[in-house]
Amino acid sequence: MSYKLSATRLNRLFTAGELSAVEITEATLRRIEEVDPQVRAFLTLTADRALERARKLDSRRRSDSDLGPLAGVPVAVKDNMCTDGVRTTCASHILESYTPPYDATVVEHLRASGAIIIGKTNMDEFAMGSSGENSAFFATHNPWDLSKVPGGSSSGSAAAVAAEEVPLSLGSDTGGSIRQPAALCGIVGLKPTYGYVSRYGLVAFASSLDQIGPFARDVEDGARLFEVIAGGDRRDSTNAGKTPPQVKFGGEPSLKGVRLGVPKEYFGAGIDPEVKARVDEAIVQMQALGATVDECSLPHTDYALSAYYIIAPAECSANLARFDGVKYGHRTAESSGLLEMYQKSRREGFGPEVTRRIMIGTYALSSGYYDAYYKKAQQVRTLVMRDFEAAFQKFDALVTPTSPIAAWGMGEKTDDPLTMYLADVCTIPVNLAGLPGLSLPCGMAGGLPVGLQLIGKHFDDARLLQMAWAYEKSTQHHEARPALEGGR
Amino acid sequence: MATNWEVVVGLEVHVELSTETKVWCSCKNEFGAPPNTNVCPVCLALPGSLPVLNATALEYIIKAGLAMNCSIARYSKFDRKNYFYPDSPSNYQISQLDLPVCENGYVEITLRDGSIRRIRIKRIHLENDAGKLVHAGDDVAEGESSLVDYNRAGVPLIEIVTEPDLRSAEEAGVFLTKLRSIIKYCGVSDVKMEEGSMRCDVNTSVRPNGAEEYGTRSELKNVNSFSAAMRGIEYEAKRHIAVLEAGGRIDQETRSWRDTKGISVVLRSKEDAEDYRYFPEPDLPPVVITEVDVERIRATLPELPDTIMHRLMNQYGLSAYDASIIVSEKEFAEWFSRTVALAGAENAKAVANWQINELNRTMNARGLGPDQIPLTPDQLAGMLRLMEKGVISGKIAKTIFEKMVESGKDAEAIVREEGLSQVADEGELLKVAMEVVAANPKVVEDWKSGKTAAAQFLVGQLMKATRGRANPQLAVKLVTEALEKFTSQQ
Repeated sequence: MSYKLSATRLNRLFTAGELSAVEITEATLRRIEEVDPQVRAFLTLTADRALERARKLDSRRRSDSDLGPLAGVPVAVKDNMCTDGVRTTCASHILESYTPPYDATVVEHLRASGAIIIGKTNMDEFAMGSSGENSAFFATHNPWDLSKVPGGSSSGSAAAVAAEEVPLSLGSDTGGSIRQPAALCGIVGLKPTYGYVSRYGLVAFASSLDQIGPFARDVEDGARLFEVIAGGDRRDSTNAGKTPPQVKFGGEPSLKGVRLGVPKEYFGAGIDPEVKARVDEAIVQMQALGATVDECSLPHTDYALSAYYIIAPAECSANLARFDGVKYGHRTAESSGLLEMYQKSRREGFGPEVTRRIMIGTYALSSGYYDAYYKKAQQVRTLVMRDFEAAFQKFDALVTPTSPIAAWGMGEKTDDPLTMYLADVCTIPVNLAGLPGLSLPCGMAGGLPVGLQLIGKHFDDARLLQMAWAYEKSTQHHEARPALEGGR
Repeated sequence: MATNWEVVVGLEVHVELSTETKVWCSCKNEFGAPPNTNVCPVCLALPGSLPVLNATALEYIIKAGLAMNCSIARYSKFDRKNYFYPDSPSNYQISQLDLPVCENGYVEITLRDGSIRRIRIKRIHLENDAGKLVHAGDDVAEGESSLVDYNRAGVPLIEIVTEPDLRSAEEAGVFLTKLRSIIKYCGVSDVKMEEGSMRCDVNTSVRPNGAEEYGTRSELKNVNSFSAAMRGIEYEAKRHIAVLEAGGRIDQETRSWRDTKGISVVLRSKEDAEDYRYFPEPDLPPVVITEVDVERIRATLPELPDTIMHRLMNQYGLSAYDASIIVSEKEFAEWFSRTVALAGAENAKAVANWQINELNRTMNARGLGPDQIPLTPDQLAGMLRLMEKGVISGKIAKTIFEKMVESGKDAEAIVREEGLSQVADEGELLKVAMEVVAANPKVVEDWKSGKTAAAQFLVGQLMKATRGRANPQLAVKLVTEALEKFTSQQ
């Protein structure tokens, strides 16, 4: 039953010699074998490498007492982070056979922390999507109800943790891709402050918005993984060069002295009443813990989604230009010249949502449209940032729903991209402003998890985690587990 | 009535910086390595890789900008220029659109008549070079297959854009030479055209003399040498004038220069102009350059050609044109100073003459670069000393100069070994003069009838007889003496 244990506990048992890394890894692989045929969280399992690494950790443990904060802990990595020698596909046909020659900085950090990388997880192609259904290979299912989506784009990383396949995983969040699936899968997900975690080796979707963060089943586990991956990296010029944080927990859960703002725009039309009820209850609970709560306004929230769907596609149209069949990845079998090779390779390699965003972005940047779209969107982005700045004059953190709705049925929104985009309406402004955002479970709606979002000040990630911890400790929501067949 | 046309030229010059490493990664910046050996995830644009600005490249562009009298931006940023081509691994170039590092500078050029023209520099920005393609056919669309070498991808480039201030092919040539010289003095590039480390695009237009408005311009690409740039400008100017005089219209277009055929062909029209969809580079934060940075870099600037040129003019009375040639290469200027130090300031003009005429000529004939000067300052100074002392004549000096270059020996040794010292013994020379006069009775008759040129001929004969070693002043005096003696004896 070791798969049920938290990362913190697994590490303690391993360090104490009560569980070997091989035992942990084998149990993890067994659990994956049992439930993943239904959940389908993994694109690539690295069982042999993981066992090899576990054996090394076991032999090192006898001589070395300090093996790292995640020693012996299995971790899954979203398939848009480069792993040296292990296929990294971004769930796209265009990179189906691509194996990077280097590790992403976060992967280096994982290795140094003693973690055992179990495999690469499914996702919406190039992290574009909110349901996981845009994977070019197959869709991941929500462990709470296999007929529902797990959210996206970090669908596999969220589902793998929720399904107790791994205690920890890494996701990336450009407009909500960690927090929204964390909410829909009933787990903890943190989108760190932009610049806290290195993006080196993360296959870029929208460079000014992308940030890597942890998934876990409780806040403390999430904090431990965050501590491992955060910090300075000179290979990423947008990295702020912070020293890795140390998040301290303990004592009686309390939010005494914490000023919480509740932005009214996040509770408007389109929010599911049950979701709203759970979030309201959570706010009451936080008050009970000593927080002062006041309503506030972020007046430009309505425009954030539109601005995001200009900026992110614009950046992606350039970031994805390198996938052209010339150097690596898919190249069309036959073409009569360079232009046709480009066109056919890309048409065959990219799925419909990726194609749509590349086209939107290309259009928005075109001569004659730049001012009307891209420039305007950047101005809106500034206004969104100012909204937050003003709010943080009065509050330490903001509380909102993570997603206005709980998990929906698979296939329900795939024909309607605009409705799908609305799923990220509560998370997108946080990326535009570069702020930290955290989602944690706050109860159920119609048998499906509801996520509570906490938004903090720049580089106030540790404090955000501490607030989340206090709430979590005073509730039992995070203890709920989906009942998956095969759990022995 | 024929119109007189004025040619208007602006240049966009690309120069590769000679930093140790590339501009966005730490791969070696080196010419001639085996294909695809100086590459890494960043310069290959592998998924997930990110650029990091090379601080030295930034210093170099600032240095070049200061040398060209530019103002240095306190706040600059990078932008992505999007276009698909296999030599660009990311299919965008990181360049600078609206906030370049350097703006509003100028470069002064000295024309042959000694006049000085100020050519304004609009901007200088930093970007990366692309890789190199090798095709089976003329271009990537026609070849059976193409190979690409990414060693050059990510090499730092600066693009220097002038205002349309040049008025002829010749001015463009002088400007390019001056630009190369400034950059070399700064030590930010080795500016070797043959290795492609300096390349230029040429914008040419024409307008009737006195007109205020510029004509429509055409842009020439694939210009690979200074002389090609000059030929291209002449061709384009002629083409424009012919079209306009025939009542036609010039279309704004980009053309490709075919230097071997001496023609330009249309590459694309204005309508087909590429849309590069520039937007701010999100992977690189804006660059903030402080006054302190700029002053620190300014302090590392060497003495620049213009400063040296004016010093040479004031100190030694050299003409602007002569001085401009001496300072055109850093090595030439250094060689000149060292030679003058040995030969004395009073000989500076002589040193300049020998350097500009004889030394340049022999170097061109031998195809030697400025770092291969085939004569030491000691050698020239030694020869000038012999001339000063009257040991050798100017005429003999030319022979000795050639022999010094060939053998590497000094002038004194050559004079000694080959018996080339000037004959200044009056008695001996008078004897020869008498012989010359006696051998040319017809010329003597001419002289007697008042043709003074006849004496000149006899002096020439005397020089010939002494293999040029006769002291020229003495020769004139003695020929006259011999003539008088000879005719009085008759």
